[in-house]
Amino acid sequence: MKLLHASFYTALFAAILLLASCSKDPVEPVYDQGQLAQLSVEFDNIVGGQKLVLNTGSYTNALNQQYNIQLLQYFISNIRLKKADGTVYAVNQDSSYFLIRQDAPETKYARVKVPEGNYTSLTFTLGVDSLRSTMDIGKRTGVLDPGADNHDGMYWGWNSGYIFFKMEGIAPQAPEDPTGQHKFRYHIGGFGGYSAPTINNIKVITIDLTARGIAQVRKDRSANIHLMVDISKVLSGTTNVSFASNPQVMFSEYSVNIANNYAKMFVHDHTEN
Amino acid sequence: MNRKHIAVIVTLMALVFACSRGLPDAGKGTEPFAGFQQPGNFPAPAYHFETNPVTKDGFELGRKLFYEPRLSRNNTISCGSCHIQSSAFTQHGHDVSHGIDDRLGKRNTPPIMNLAWSPLLMWDGGIFDLDLQPVAPITTHEEMDETVANVVAKLQAMPEYRVLFKKAFGTEQVNTANLMKALSQFMLLCISSRSKYDSVMRHEGGAAFTADEAAGRVLVIRNCGGCHKEPLFTDGSFRNNGIGVGGNDDQGRYAVTLLPEDKYKFRVPGLRNLAYTAPYMHDGRFYTLDAVLDHYTTGVKAGPGLDPLLAGNGQPGIPLTAEQRKQMLAFLATLNDKAFITDKLLAEQ
Repeated sequence: MKLLHASFYTALFAAILLLASCSKDPVEPVYDQGQLAQLSVEFDNIVGGQKLVLNTGSYTNALNQQYNIQLLQYFISNIRLKKADGTVYAVNQDSSYFLIRQDAPETKYARVKVPEGNYTSLTFTLGVDSLRSTMDIGKRTGVLDPGADNHDGMYWGWNSGYIFFKMEGIAPQAPEDPTGQHKFRYHIGGFGGYSAPTINNIKVITIDLTARGIAQVRKDRSANIHLMVDISKVLSGTTNVSFASNPQVMFSEYSVNIANNYAKMFVHDHTEN
Repeated sequence: MNRKHIAVIVTLMALVFACSRGLPDAGKGTEPFAGFQQPGNFPAPAYHFETNPVTKDGFELGRKLFYEPRLSRNNTISCGSCHIQSSAFTQHGHDVSHGIDDRLGKRNTPPIMNLAWSPLLMWDGGIFDLDLQPVAPITTHEEMDETVANVVAKLQAMPEYRVLFKKAFGTEQVNTANLMKALSQFMLLCISSRSKYDSVMRHEGGAAFTADEAAGRVLVIRNCGGCHKEPLFTDGSFRNNGIGVGGNDDQGRYAVTLLPEDKYKFRVPGLRNLAYTAPYMHDGRFYTLDAVLDHYTTGVKAGPGLDPLLAGNGQPGIPLTAEQRKQMLAFLATLNDKAFITDKLLAEQ
C-alpha cells in the first residue's frame, strides 16, 4: 500500500513537472520593440488527411478526380503578430517575404524576429503586396528577384507581376496537352493592376492562436507556430475545381475562384514554445 | 581688337559651345558623354531617372549588353538581332518577331525609341517599368529562351564584364537589378528627336516645311492627332483601330487587364521613322504606308470595341482624297530621323 502511494505521488509529481515545463514563464516580458527574438511560422503542406509527397502521392479531389502534385510553391509575406491587448507588431517589410517550396523542406519555415511577448493572433499575406510588386527592381532582392534562380517561374515577365501560388501535377481527367501529358497547371497571381484595375488575388489571412496555443516569444528560445496547409482546399470550397474543365488556370477570371479557395487552406495545429 | 570685340567673340563661342552641348547626342564617339538630354520640344519623361541615373559607364555597359548574344540560351540572339538600329530598332521586313532557332513570335517587333516617355511597354502595355522589360524577351520561348539567372551567371564568369559592372555600379557582382538598369540606360538614350519635324518645331537653322508638308501636318493633327499626339505621335493609350481580329486571335490589352472593353485593343504606336519600320500594326500585316492609309480610309471594320474616333459618319474610317493622302505622307516623311538610325553612339561598337 505504502509502495503504491509512493509510486502514485511520484507519478503525480512527474505529471506536474511535465505540465509546468510545457507552460512557460508565466510572466510576460515588457513589450520592447528593441528586444527582438526568434519566431518561425511553419507551413506544413498536407492533402486532406494525408502527407503531401511530391510525384508519388496520389490524391482525389471533391469531384472524385485523381491527381498527383509535381510542383507546389507559394509566396508568404507581410507577417504581423498581435498580442492579447491589441498591440500589433509588423515584421520589417524587407525581411518579410518567403517562398515556400515543397521541393525544398527548409523553406517551409518563415523565420522572423519580433519583440518578446505572448502573441494570440498571426496575420500574413499569401502573395506579394501591390506596393512591392511595383517597386524599383533594386528593392526586389532574394526570393523577389525577377531573375532569381530558385524560383524561376514565379514571375510573369510579359505582364509584370509575381505568381503568388503555383501548383502543377498530373490528373488523368485533364485533357492531353501539347506535350502529350494530362497535366494541370495552376499559376495564380494578380496584384490588382498597375495602370488599370484588374483581378486582385492577394489574400490576407489572419489566424487565431488562442485555441491551439499562443506564441510565447522569448530570447534564447525559438517559438514555432505550426500551421497545417491543406492543399486539397485549393481545389474545393466555394468552387470545386475540375481538372477536366479547368486544367490550366493562369492570369484569368477563373483564377479568382482558386484564390478564394486557397485563402481557407491554413489551419493552426499547435505552437512549439 | 579691343575688349568689346573679345567679349563678343567669347560670348559667341560660349553660345556655340552651349548649342552643341544642348543638341541631343551629337553622335560622335569622341565628344564628352552628354547623358540624358531632354529635347526642347518633348514633354517631361516618364522614366524614374532618380533610381537609375544615366552615366557614361552604365550606358556603355548597357550598349554592350544590348548587342550581347549571351542573353539568349545558345548565345545566338542579342537584343540588337531583332531591334536593328538601321530600322529604328525594329526587325524591318518581319511581320512578327523572328527569334531563337527560327521560332516566330506572335507580334511585330516594336521600336526601341523614346522609351523614356513611355510609361507602359509592349503592344499590350503589360510591362510598366523599363527596368523589368528585358525579362520578357530573355525568357520568352520564341525570343531568347534563356533564364535571367543564367544570363547573370554567364556574364559573371567573364572578367571583362566584372570590370564593366564594377565601373558602372561599383560592384563586380552581376545581378538582375544592375543588369536591367544598364540595359535601361542604353535604351533611354535611344532618343529620336532629330527629324526635320523636330528642327522645324525647335526653329533650328531656319528649318521649314514645304507647302505639302505643312498641309499634311494640319491633316495629320486633324485626322490622326486624337491618338497620334504630337510630338511623340502617340498618346500612349490602347485602342481598337478596326483592323479586325488577326489569325491568332490575339486579344491585345485584354490579356493584361481582363476587362472585356479592352478586347482587341493595342497600344497606339508612334509615327516617327515610319520609312524604316515597315511592316506596320501589332502583327505587321500592312507592308506599306499606302496600305495603312487604305485601311483608315476604306478598310476600318465596324463592330463592338471600335474606337469612337474611327466610327465616322455612316461609313467607319477617315475619308481622305488622293491629294490629302499625298500631303499626309509628305508630312510623315519629315518624322524620319536619319541622325537617330545612324548615330554611332547607339551602334554596336
